[in-house]
Amino acid sequence: MYKKRKLGRGVAMVGAGMSSFDMFSDKDSKDLFAEAFVELNTSVDKGLDPADIDALYLGNFTNDFFVRQSHWGAILSDSLGLVPKPATRTEGACASSALAFREGVFAIASGFYDVVLVGGVEDMSKRSTEEVAEGLALAASPYERKAGLTFPGVFAAIATAYFEKYGASREHLMNVTIKSHANAPLNPKAQFNLAIRDMMDAKVKRAKSQGRAVPDWIDEKDFLRDARANPPIAWPMHLFDCCPISDGAACILLVAEEIANRFTDDPLHVVGLGQGSGRALHSADDLTYFEATRHAAKEAYDMSGLTPEDVQFAEVHDCFSIAEILHIEDLGFFKPGEGHKAVEEGLTRLDGPMPVNTSGGLKCKGHPVGATGAAQLIEVWEQLRDKAGRRGVPKSDLRIGAAHNLGGTGGTCTFTILERR
Amino acid sequence: MAEKPINDYGFEQFLNEGKLMGSMCNGCETLYVPPRSLCPGCRHSEMEWTETAGEGRLAAFTSISIGTPAMIKEGYDRNNPYCSGVVELVEGARVVARIEGVDSIHPETVEVGMRLRVKFLNQGTDDDRGTVLAFSPIEE
Ligand SMILES: [Zn+2]
Repeated sequence: MYKKRKLGRGVAMVGAGMSSFDMFSDKDSKDLFAEAFVELNTSVDKGLDPADIDALYLGNFTNDFFVRQSHWGAILSDSLGLVPKPATRTEGACASSALAFREGVFAIASGFYDVVLVGGVEDMSKRSTEEVAEGLALAASPYERKAGLTFPGVFAAIATAYFEKYGASREHLMNVTIKSHANAPLNPKAQFNLAIRDMMDAKVKRAKSQGRAVPDWIDEKDFLRDARANPPIAWPMHLFDCCPISDGAACILLVAEEIANRFTDDPLHVVGLGQGSGRALHSADDLTYFEATRHAAKEAYDMSGLTPEDVQFAEVHDCFSIAEILHIEDLGFFKPGEGHKAVEEGLTRLDGPMPVNTSGGLKCKGHPVGATGAAQLIEVWEQLRDKAGRRGVPKSDLRIGAAHNLGGTGGTCTFTILERR
Repeated sequence: MAEKPINDYGFEQFLNEGKLMGSMCNGCETLYVPPRSLCPGCRHSEMEWTETAGEGRLAAFTSISIGTPAMIKEGYDRNNPYCSGVVELVEGARVVARIEGVDSIHPETVEVGMRLRVKFLNQGTDDDRGTVLAFSPIEE
């Protein structure tokens, strides 16, 4: 019954823009999406007449909870001057804007529209940390909440199952954090743009100038082991294993491949598209992988005719450090149980054979949940189009990149492969 | 056994009576805890209540410093963390639950695979009454 997927007609990505990601007390979703849209306009090589946009697909997880306002499709369509064109909101927890991207692709592939704006937004920081945690937990199962499991708690439990099965430890999680923070200073848009070493030096300097006891960490891991510098959130995960609270927006312009040359001579082609759904923690087949990711990967590889070896770099959904290890296994970049070793050996570093999260990942770039899926694809866009500057993947003939987005505790996962021809 | 709806409401009522119950599918004999009214395996909708032995092993766990709103209200915080986890019952089904009777300040002493027995944490009174599913170690 399994059918190989294909699009009714080709779809190309011809523009992209994102806002700054940070905690803003004086910017709302309209401001952030406008910022992303202005950047998108400048990114279209041959220019965009916004009147040509046929429809908007917008991902948003739960601004309803965060700012007590829903119906963001119509609100943003109005603020960008797109009315009366249709606007549709998609929701798949933290994978909301990857779903918007897919809906945009399908709308064009069906022949119904030619030019579609897709993207996402989230405005999280207007609430307390505890309230943000409560909002995010709306995507967990009610059983998990009743058992006292927070979002970080679910991933922490998954980490202990992974440790037990494959003999990994907290030290392996630290390797992920150190790698993400090494990429972040190279990304001008990252919410946290310091390497761990830079942070340590800054803390030592501050302690000295204030005449306090000077910390004597011997290296990055020693710093991460220090519970004062890196307090526990949900053991074995500590603060530096968790992505921050962020506000932000990201948007992408999709067009029918046959008219892409009206917008640019250098489009990216949507060659692989996959999505899967998964179960609650207690009913998962196995706690050490995400069923939804594996399904999404299979769909995308089948559609594209590509294999994991063909993907030259990827953005994966590192909401928590352990998640990155699971994803790089589920996506086929490394064998089950080998992900933690791959990170330890530096294979996923920017200069490694399989760079992962060159943007700094959700951990450092920031994670405005509804905007993340689109923002990940924008990193792929910048890398493939040689716009990533100092964090450009140092490979000749960079042609194929991919992004993996996860919602909730693995209930919704997507995998998207883009190609520059 | 009183007629309880085979769903989360019935499950909660049994917890209040100190019973950890699941639903057994009449089609494929799979046990679901918490119960399901439709079997996702064979799509049968004839289910029967089945009581579990209330024993199992720890499959995964965490010690939480920044808790859910309900746990913060109970007084748990950075200095007083609590454990939650996934328990694999002897019948094979897994449940998520609070893990009591372990050293949540030193979670490195808690072992995946340890044997556990069910415990019912009663909360609230009368209309507000609710029972939280918990497990604690079986002394060996
Ligand atoms: Zn069945």
